[in-house]
Amino acid sequence: MSGLSRFLWERRDEILALTGEHLVLVAVSAAIATAIGVPLGVALTRRPGLARPVLGFANTVQAIPSLALFGFLIPVPVLGGIGARTAIVALVVYSLLPILRNTHAGILSVEPAVVEAADGIGMTRGERLRLVELPLAFPIVLAGIRVAVVVGVGLATIAAAIGAGGLGVLIYRGVATADHRLILAGALPAAALALALDFLLGLVARRWGPRR
Amino acid sequence: MPTPVLEFDEVRKRFAPDRLVLDGLRLEVLPGETVALVGPSGCGKTTALKLANRLLEPDGGVVRVFGRPAAEQEPVALRRRIGFVIQEGGLFPHWTVRENVEAVPRLLGWTPERRRERSDAMLATVGLPAGAFAPRRPASLSGGERQRVGVARALAAAPSLVLMDEPFGALDPIARREMQKEFLAWRTRWDAAVLLVTHDLGEAFRLADRVAVMASGRIRQVGPPDTLRREPADAFVREFVSEFLA
Repeated sequence: MSGLSRFLWERRDEILALTGEHLVLVAVSAAIATAIGVPLGVALTRRPGLARPVLGFANTVQAIPSLALFGFLIPVPVLGGIGARTAIVALVVYSLLPILRNTHAGILSVEPAVVEAADGIGMTRGERLRLVELPLAFPIVLAGIRVAVVVGVGLATIAAAIGAGGLGVLIYRGVATADHRLILAGALPAAALALALDFLLGLVARRWGPRR
Repeated sequence: MPTPVLEFDEVRKRFAPDRLVLDGLRLEVLPGETVALVGPSGCGKTTALKLANRLLEPDGGVVRVFGRPAAEQEPVALRRRIGFVIQEGGLFPHWTVRENVEAVPRLLGWTPERRRERSDAMLATVGLPAGAFAPRRPASLSGGERQRVGVARALAAAPSLVLMDEPFGALDPIARREMQKEFLAWRTRWDAAVLLVTHDLGEAFRLADRVAVMASGRIRQVGPPDTLRREPADAFVREFVSEFLA
């Protein structure tokens, strides 16, 4: 066994526990971002006038350097402070844009003739959304969630800076002690987690996506 | 005279202050008859069709459907009572042929057994045996087959009025001719009134009991094909009709 493998193997309990924390940070924030982003994205297609300012605002928020955003959130009451909750708030902010943008684009990508047919045969707006628009937009919405999750896994390593735990803990410790094996002990599982989640969501897309 | 299934009474529609699309449209569609609405593009024929099921609202005049002003009828319920066919059928690409045909019965809450019985019968009528076609998706069908599914979907809930907007417009001339022949065969079995919008005068003359020639938002003449040929009401109709006869 090489030096690095043994190093990782000896710390497997800690790595596993931190991977679990990391996964929770990403999963919870992606779930919240989806719960906000999908309805908001749909709403923006119904109010075209709002689409540009809202998407523009989300773009701008996305441009805030992530470490700075984590820092800004610390003094904010309720949402902020030290720990996982603040990290999740920041991760939701970053995950929101791809989900929001893709939901908006996905609904708008449904062919006008299909939308006209849905109206013309007598679907209510809710039926049209549930039976036609969301199923047809699903691959694009899910692609947005995939981007949000993969980016979220990387960003969540920074959450360790505000005491939220996760694999960033190992990376920060490695940076502080100039021990690249420790950096890798955090970075390798994070990369593996990102790839694994991307793969899983790809399976979801294939299994539950609309067939044409 | 029986009550018209669909009636346009001095209907006006304006898309912008300077764009009057319908300027006092008068037209009646009687039970069981096929009326073709023809005219150059932009003459307002599709607009008229969409007023019938309240996809659009008039700015003046009254649209009556089933003897009552459309404006007094709840749009969703009204649309479920009116068959609707558009170019290429406007099929739902993520649904099977059967699911498409059963769309309106499903919205109306029919039981699965009744829906299935009905979709089997409709598919057989339009020449697509359910065994071979029911599980397929629109992308795997030819243009003519998609159009047939569109017709089956429009008629699945047995409406007494069907709106068809360029229903065979996306087909090549041979498939188009074939669909027109079949349409005439279907008409002997279905007693629904049909408002057919087409830019193809030949199609109108072949399929309709009465043809309404439209220009700039008004009906210039309406009557059986023969009358339009023999006694065109004005120079516009004469020229429009002669182009087809030439």
